[in-house]
Amino acid sequence: MKNFSGKVLFLDRDDINTDEIIPARYLTENSKEALQPYLLEDLEMTGFDPRQDIAGKAAIVTRDNFGCGSSREHAPWALEVNNINIVIGVGFARIFRQNMYNCGLMAVQLPSDTIEQLFARFAGKDTTVTTDFEKRKLVFSAGDQVEELEFELGGFDKALVEAGGWIGYADEKY
Amino acid sequence: MGKTIVEKIFAEHLVDVPFEDTQVIKLDAVFCHEITTPIAINDLVARGLDRVFDPDKIKAVIDHVTPAKDSKTATQGKILRDWARRHNIKDFFDIGRNGVCHALFPEKGFVRPGYTVIMGDSHTCTHGAFGAFAAGVGTTDLAVGILKGVCAFRTPQTMKVNITGKLQKGVYAKDLILSIISRIGVNGATGKVMEFTGDVVEELSMEARMTMCNMAVEAGGTCGICAPDMTTVEYLWPFIKDEFSSKEEALTQYSRYCADADAVYAETVEIDASEIVPMSTFGYKPDQVRPVSEMKGTAIDQVYIGSCTNGRIEDLRAAADVLKGKKIHDSIRAIVSPASPAIYAQALEEGIIKIFMDAGFCVTNPTCGACLGMSNGVLADGEVCVSTTNRNFSGRMGKGGMVHLVSPATAAASAISGQLDTAQ
Repeated sequence: MKNFSGKVLFLDRDDINTDEIIPARYLTENSKEALQPYLLEDLEMTGFDPRQDIAGKAAIVTRDNFGCGSSREHAPWALEVNNINIVIGVGFARIFRQNMYNCGLMAVQLPSDTIEQLFARFAGKDTTVTTDFEKRKLVFSAGDQVEELEFELGGFDKALVEAGGWIGYADEKY
Repeated sequence: MGKTIVEKIFAEHLVDVPFEDTQVIKLDAVFCHEITTPIAINDLVARGLDRVFDPDKIKAVIDHVTPAKDSKTATQGKILRDWARRHNIKDFFDIGRNGVCHALFPEKGFVRPGYTVIMGDSHTCTHGAFGAFAAGVGTTDLAVGILKGVCAFRTPQTMKVNITGKLQKGVYAKDLILSIISRIGVNGATGKVMEFTGDVVEELSMEARMTMCNMAVEAGGTCGICAPDMTTVEYLWPFIKDEFSSKEEALTQYSRYCADADAVYAETVEIDASEIVPMSTFGYKPDQVRPVSEMKGTAIDQVYIGSCTNGRIEDLRAAADVLKGKKIHDSIRAIVSPASPAIYAQALEEGIIKIFMDAGFCVTNPTCGACLGMSNGVLADGEVCVSTTNRNFSGRMGKGGMVHLVSPATAAASAISGQLDTAQ
C-alpha cells in the first residue's frame, strides 16, 4: 500500500479539470515519470505557483468536482510521480475518481462543511495530514491546531488500494 | 419495478457484483487510440500480460495527432500499430484511413443498441446515441478491458432529460446540449447516465444525437443515451441487414433496450426546446453559456469546425449553407477538419469542400489535433477561437487561449463577420 500521509497542498476552487492538472501537450510522453515537472502547470489561481507550492507535499485538499474533463490517467500519474497519493475533496469526476483507485491511490470525499472547516482552520498554514487507512481516520495538524476526521471507503475502493490497483485485482479474479 | 436503458444493458452484461454498489460488466467493444493506449500496452507488456481478450472486439485508430507531428507522437502511433499487428486486430485504422474515433467507429457500424463499450477517452459517451452504454475510462480500466473484456462501474443511476417543444430554425443539437449543461452545471450529472427523451430527441438524426451524447461528460455524465428507434435502425441497416429479416424486426429486437414506462429515475430535467436560441460559452467552463445574440461583437482570431462533437457531414452542410458564396473576414483565419475520410469524401462530392475553400478556410485531414491544443490549429497566448468542439477549459486549444463553443452554423457566421455572430 502507498503512503497517504504528509504535507497538505490546499487548492481552493471547484471544478479543477484534468487539463489544469496535466495539460494535453504532455500527453505525448510514454512514461509516468516524464510528467513530474508539469503537474498543475496550467492551474491559474491567485497565490498559487506550481513550481514552488507542490514540492514536499503528499496530499491535496480541494473543493468539488476535482478532475473533471478528460479521461487521462496522466492526471493521477502526475500526482503519483510527485508523491501525492491522496486527494481530499467534496466530490470528484467519475473517471478521475476511478483512475485514482485503479492506481491504488485515494480520492476521499468529505461533506462540504467539513472541507470548509479544513480550509478555514488550516489553509495557508504548514499543515500535515496523517491517514489511518484501517481505522478510516484523517488527522490534520498545524502547530497546536489538530482535527480528527472519519472518512468512508467503499469495499471496492478499499480492495483496489490494498491490491495496489485494478490490473492485479482483475487479473486474479476475471 | 421498471428499468432504465442502462439498467437493462447492465443486467444483460453483468459478470460480478464484488461489492455492494459495484458491478463488473462484460464488454462488447473496446476502442483504442494512440494517446491513452500505448501506456496501457507498455504496462501489460511489463507485467507479462501482453494479450487481448478478443481481437475482433478491439477497434483501434490513430486520431489525436495525425499524421505524427514529431518523434514522440510518431512513437505513440508506432506502439499502437505494432500492437494491432501483433494481436491481429483487423479493425485498426492507420493514416489515410483514420478519422476522429467517435465519428469513425459509428460510421463503421461498430456500435449497436444494447452494447457496452469503453475507451480511454472521455467523449466515448458519444456512442450512447445508439442506445448503447459507452463510457470513457482511464488507461488502467482500458488495460483490463483489453486483457479481460470486463470493466467495473458503480451501479448506474439515470437522469432523464426530457426535451419537448420544437427546435427553432437555425438552432441545433449543439445549442440544445449547451443549454442543458448550462442548466444542470458541469457537475450536474456526475455518476449518472443522461437518458435523452422526448419528441425533439425522436426527431433528431443520429449525427445530432451523437452531438448531444458527446457532451454528456461536460455535465459529469457517465454516458449520454438515446432509446433505439427507426432512425437508429436506418443508420445501422447496411451493417445489420443480414442479421434481421426486416427493419421492423430489427426495431422490435432493439426495443427491448428501451426504458420501461415505470422505470425509476434519480432525477428528471424538463427542457422546452422552443425557448432555445443559438448559444455560446463565454468562460472556461462548459456550463458558462449565453445566447450568441448577447455576445455579438466578441473579437476572435480563429474559427474551427470539426471534432467528435461537430465534424460530421450534417455539421459541414450546416456551415456550408451559411458560407456559400461568401468569404471569411480578413482579420481572422478559419480551419475545417472533416472528422473521417468518408465525411471528407462526401463533402467533396457535395461541393462542400469547395465552398469552404472558396470562403478562405484551411481544410485539414481528419484529426482531433486542434480541439485539445495538440496540432493543426493551436492558439497563441491571448488568442480567441470560436469552435465547434466540446471544451473551453483554460489553455485547452493552446496555453493562454480562449475558446467559445458554438454550433457549426454559428462558427461559419462568425467566420464571415470576423467576430462572434449568429447565422439567423
